[in-house]
Amino acid sequence: MEIIILILAGILFATAIYNLLQKQLLRIIIGTALLSHGAHLFILTMGKLKRGQPPIIMEGISDYVDPLPQALILTSIVISFGVTSLLLVLAYRTANENNSDDMAQLRGDEHE
Amino acid sequence: MIFTVLIPLILACFIPLLSKIKEKIHTGVFVFFIPFIIFLYFIQFVGNDFSPVRQTFRWIPSLGINLDFYLDGLSLLFALLISGIGALVVLYSIYYLNKTERLGHFYVYLLMFMAAMLGVVLSDNVFVLYTFWELTSISSFLLIGYWHFNERSRYGALKSMLITIFGGLSMFGGFVLLTVVTDTTSIQAMIEQKDVILNSTYLPLILGFILLGAFTKSAQFPFHIWLPDAMEAPTPVSAYLHSATMVKAGLFLVARFSPVFSTYEWFFIIVSLVGIVTLCWGSYMAVRQTDLKAILAFSTISQLGMIMAMLGFGTEIAVFAAVFHILNHATFKGSLFMVAGIVDHETGTRDIRKLGGLITFLPITGTLALFGTFSMAGIPLPFLNGFYSKELFFESSLDLAGASTFADLLAQAIPYLAVFGSIFTFVYSLYFLFGTFAGKADLAKLPKKPHEAPFGMLVSPIILVLGVILIGLFPNVVNGTFLAHAAEAIKGVSIEKHITFWHGFNYTPLQMTLIVVGLGLVLVLTRKKWAGAYHILPGKLSLNRLYNAILDKLDDWTKDVTQSYMTGSLRLYVAIIIGATLVVTAIVMLVTGGFNIQFNDLADVTAIEVSVVVIMVIAALGTIVAKNNVSAILILGVVGYGVAILFVLYRAPDLALTQLVIETVTVVLFLLCFYHMPKLRKRNESAGTKTINLIISIGFGALLTLVGISAHSSKWFDSIADYFIETSKPLGGGHNIVNVILVDMRGFDTLFEITVLGLAALAIYSLIKLKKGAK
Repeated sequence: MEIIILILAGILFATAIYNLLQKQLLRIIIGTALLSHGAHLFILTMGKLKRGQPPIIMEGISDYVDPLPQALILTSIVISFGVTSLLLVLAYRTANENNSDDMAQLRGDEHE
Repeated sequence: MIFTVLIPLILACFIPLLSKIKEKIHTGVFVFFIPFIIFLYFIQFVGNDFSPVRQTFRWIPSLGINLDFYLDGLSLLFALLISGIGALVVLYSIYYLNKTERLGHFYVYLLMFMAAMLGVVLSDNVFVLYTFWELTSISSFLLIGYWHFNERSRYGALKSMLITIFGGLSMFGGFVLLTVVTDTTSIQAMIEQKDVILNSTYLPLILGFILLGAFTKSAQFPFHIWLPDAMEAPTPVSAYLHSATMVKAGLFLVARFSPVFSTYEWFFIIVSLVGIVTLCWGSYMAVRQTDLKAILAFSTISQLGMIMAMLGFGTEIAVFAAVFHILNHATFKGSLFMVAGIVDHETGTRDIRKLGGLITFLPITGTLALFGTFSMAGIPLPFLNGFYSKELFFESSLDLAGASTFADLLAQAIPYLAVFGSIFTFVYSLYFLFGTFAGKADLAKLPKKPHEAPFGMLVSPIILVLGVILIGLFPNVVNGTFLAHAAEAIKGVSIEKHITFWHGFNYTPLQMTLIVVGLGLVLVLTRKKWAGAYHILPGKLSLNRLYNAILDKLDDWTKDVTQSYMTGSLRLYVAIIIGATLVVTAIVMLVTGGFNIQFNDLADVTAIEVSVVVIMVIAALGTIVAKNNVSAILILGVVGYGVAILFVLYRAPDLALTQLVIETVTVVLFLLCFYHMPKLRKRNESAGTKTINLIISIGFGALLTLVGISAHSSKWFDSIADYFIETSKPLGGGHNIVNVILVDMRGFDTLFEITVLGLAALAIYSLIKLKKGAK
């Protein structure tokens, strides 16, 4: 199953990069969101899948899945949420101020 | 000894204060005493029983860099030239520079230069030597650009800076290699270890680097091109830096290191060849110039080439002649520059085509020029020092032999080249003298009505010309007391050559001199007829053109390179970054055998997981093909919820919870923004761009999958999960291990993640609230 999840993560990465290489601001942000999904799955898979019970201590259970990657991913989810929302507002302001969301048009003048 | 270097530097700090009162007293009057006192200090060392003096002051002992000063005959010769001519130049500049000039700047630069130059000749430590060497380059740059409102001055200053710093840096490379090879930073200790250096595999590099430094500084072919442009400096500067002192730093360097290299044949070949070529080229080009100072500049180049060649010969007589000529050249060339300055000052032009017949207006200056030029030309008269050293040069050129065929061929050719160069030396010397002072004066062409210079301006050239005559009349006075020690420092043995004027007619150097004078006279008289030769050589092959072309082309090329990838397009940058990551990672993985794919130790595959994965894959691809904003955002939401379901399936309840909430909020945010954003327009990308994007993204995804599988297949050690599972309850007091990790075991992560959220919130608030122009 790990292989399948890793392939899924790879596909998420590929679509993320393809979106990042687009011109529209919104697609670029979609790309970053996909990228973080891929990364989270990646981290989760590194800790091995389905090797025990959820990491909540209960009587009579000795096998738990690795809790550390989960803690890392939790942190990462929150941070990427913060970044994504900032990017979204930034994109909104950029598009509003410049009347364009096209990256090809949003570049400085020749001498910058 | 150290105070001779430090005093000019320290006193330079007080010059700006003095120059405030320059309306009453010329700043140069105060400055004059500094080199004069240093000169008096050094003159006390002159004598038959001189022995080297060494002093050490700690600077950076841990790196072996100390202010080691070493005064031997060679250093003494240079130190006397620097301080003596320095004093005369300051005296001259008092009359040359008007009080309205920025005198404070001038004398600060000049004193800085003087200190640096004394540091160069007195240093025994290679790194200290290099420090002072670069300080001479910098102060020379400042002095050449003294009249910075002048475009030519700025060009000349930049040119000299680029060329001499280039040489200085390569010399530094040579010094570093020398230090590595010999494990010492002291030059004298390196000379003692010359066998180690000569057997080192780095020897050609060391020699090449050091000679590059010497050749650029001493304006040797083909690096001589900066010197004529440095003539934009005020004349005292030209007289001091670009004839008597700084340009001789390269000679000093070669002389200083010749005990190490003199037995190495390439030293003879390179130094002699470059020197003799410079001699010929410089003297040939000097005849072409129309500016008095340009003639003198090429003359300096040629004379430096001659001394360099003699240092390359390395025979006892050649070394002696070299130090003798260093002294002689400083006297007559210094005086000639001052003469040129006087002519410029009194007539308002330095163009030799406008000048002529000035002997009636400037009789004293004309007489001084006569002695200077005749000495430079090497005319056989018993009161001209230039003749003696020229004759010694001829003598030394006759007695050469090389070990290899090429060196031998060079040794055979040198006397002829020496005569050739000297003929042109003769020609330009007479051209300089007669073009300026003889003939009929055409006063209409001159900007000012000429009259004799004030006495103060004449004092310095008179003293220098007196030096020319006195050394000429009593050449053996400077011999044992002075030159022998200098030659001993270069050659290792005391060389006391008895200099005589007359050797009889069967003396080959005399015959060579007579050939020079005879052919030179013929060329002088027929100068107009053969002047066309300069259209053929150099013609279009000018080295200045090459220099300018290189600078222009470098500008263009760097601009082109930068513009080719710095297009301002974020897409291109992302493509480059991802592409580079892809290539580098793939190569590293392949080269180190990092790809390691195994299919054991895997969890079982269930239908429900597979179906979630399939839905997610379809959704992910859907974000690309989606035609409008809403569908793209909703499809992205599908991916997010898919991730949440996977978290459920993989027993991560907290993750699933967070993911669900955050995905919901994110989708809402996306929709909010979309509401305000322009519609997704139809993409009109070329097929090529699409293909490249596809290749990069598929490659990147595939690579990361492979990396992930490889990492999963090769577990090096067990997880530390057991520790968290065991201690979550006893130490953390909680059942939820993930939460215990977040707030207890790794609480710092959480703290700063909260900070990130807070910052994002603040940033969003200000992005929305703060508008351009709003209060």
